[in-house]
Amino acid sequence: MTTPADPLAAEVPPKKPKAQPDGMVEKRGAGLWLTHLGLILGVLFIFFPIWLAFVASTVTQPEIVRPPMPLWPGDRFFENYGKALTSGINAPVALMLFNSAVMALGIALGKIVISLLSAFAIVYFRFPGRRVFFWLIFLTLMLPVEVRIVPTYEVAASFGMLNSYSGLIFPLIASATATFLFRQFFLTVPDELAEAARIDGARPMRFFWDILLPMSRTNIAALFVILFIYGWNQYLWPLLITTDPSMNTIVMGIKQMFPSGDDVADWPVIMATSILAMVPPIIVVISMQRLFIRGLVESEK
Amino acid sequence: MEKRVTFQGVLLPLLLVLPQIVVTAVFFFYPAGQAIWQSLFIPDPFGLSMRFVGLGNFEFLLSDPYYRASFVTTAIFSSLVTVVSMGVALYLAVLADRLIKGSGTYRTLLIWPYAVAPAVAGVLWLFMFNTRVGVVTWYLGLLGYDWNHVLNEGEAMGLVVVASAWGRISYNFLFFLAGLQAIPKSVIEAAAIDGARFWTRFRTIVFPLLSPTTFFLLVVNVVYAFFETFGVIHTITSGGPQQATTILVYKVFADGFVGQDLGSSAAQSVILLVVVSVLTVIQFKYIERRVHY
Repeated sequence: MTTPADPLAAEVPPKKPKAQPDGMVEKRGAGLWLTHLGLILGVLFIFFPIWLAFVASTVTQPEIVRPPMPLWPGDRFFENYGKALTSGINAPVALMLFNSAVMALGIALGKIVISLLSAFAIVYFRFPGRRVFFWLIFLTLMLPVEVRIVPTYEVAASFGMLNSYSGLIFPLIASATATFLFRQFFLTVPDELAEAARIDGARPMRFFWDILLPMSRTNIAALFVILFIYGWNQYLWPLLITTDPSMNTIVMGIKQMFPSGDDVADWPVIMATSILAMVPPIIVVISMQRLFIRGLVESEK
Repeated sequence: MEKRVTFQGVLLPLLLVLPQIVVTAVFFFYPAGQAIWQSLFIPDPFGLSMRFVGLGNFEFLLSDPYYRASFVTTAIFSSLVTVVSMGVALYLAVLADRLIKGSGTYRTLLIWPYAVAPAVAGVLWLFMFNTRVGVVTWYLGLLGYDWNHVLNEGEAMGLVVVASAWGRISYNFLFFLAGLQAIPKSVIEAAAIDGARFWTRFRTIVFPLLSPTTFFLLVVNVVYAFFETFGVIHTITSGGPQQATTILVYKVFADGFVGQDLGSSAAQSVILLVVVSVLTVIQFKYIERRVHY
């Protein structure tokens, strides 16, 4: 046990021989119920903030402003969400959702494409500067946006990228993690495949398209899940680069919906927006749970 | 590890790495170089010229009580976030691991907050603890406790810690549960036969066997607390009250964008750069040992 376990292994529940007598390590009776109780308390702790946000998004403003607010959903679901989506506060939330989708998809696909290409070059070719390029890509791990915000903002501004999709996407699409992941995977692909392709006279790009890419499908999908969430949840960069409300992403736009002065915030609309901001990435995680866990584990290696 | 079979050509591979290298050079290395360069200068009040000050910005920063306070704040904040999120996750993982049936269900129920952005988590917790309308604030008021994180520094810190740790529990839970399930049951049963009670078994067998996972999560969570919690701080406290929740990353933003103090902000970026580099090296030294390819 010198390595932490692979959470993938947890997909398969550990097998217990049926004949084994009960109660040595696993709990039975009262202990079992206490275990469930503990876990349910944990689940409630995780759920409670989201439940409250949902309730707040279905009631009227006066019901929230005169505390305590109700703990059970009201009947204003369609009004509040409709108002948020079509008019919002600074910009329609539907527009912010669209901006977030463009940004998240752009970042996820962009990172995957440029990382696949550079990993292919680094693994399957010998060319001058190969090592240097590899280390340059590696070093980006040490330069998160948070560390170089002002100068990166200046670069983006000088390219006229403020308030544009390219400004939201391009500065974030270099990816050491994805490049490593694909490099590791390509190294495990049997040499015979490339050899056969070469003997058949296939050009490198043909080998890439017809053999390597189809083989990488699972890895690409797993990485996509993680990168989509990464892109969707970006906050600091959109905050700097989008000053025009119509270019705001939903995650950074919520904070902009709070009034600056002493006015009371429009809580039902703000909480409806918060729920809408959570739904797409949560759907991605739940519907692709296996790929998500795989992506999480692989991208941390 | 190298490939035995490779393709011929120089131009094609260069073209293939070009997009990644261009993005890296333009948006990573050039700005990082700029940060280092700017950290050596002070712009005049009208922004017309730059005066070279050598390490003056750094000397000034390191003697600035606000910056030193921000270091301490970051240390307290990231230790608390790491301990709270890992503690709760380990507790839940140990419970889930005791179940023969149903641990998968709990895993599904517990993993999805990973998808909730830190900034959204901030808004959710801000809503619960809002001084005017917050439900928790109201019930605390009934108990005679006057919650006000807008004025009280300790409460502000507590709130940003809980909001940051909350979203992180799923991630830690996932890794802890997998680590626990990988421990051979026979080892634990052998100890049980020898009469070791649950707590003894946990302390002497389970926790030591779990230490690689724990150490890995420790590093990852510190990195998270340092760099990815900006959204939580910005939505809940904006660094206040009296800078009580101004962590280093927030201060770079506040001084560079709000305060327009470019020399100081650049110097802070350089210091952060050193911090990330150290953390990355630790992470990789460790991961080198951990991963078997």
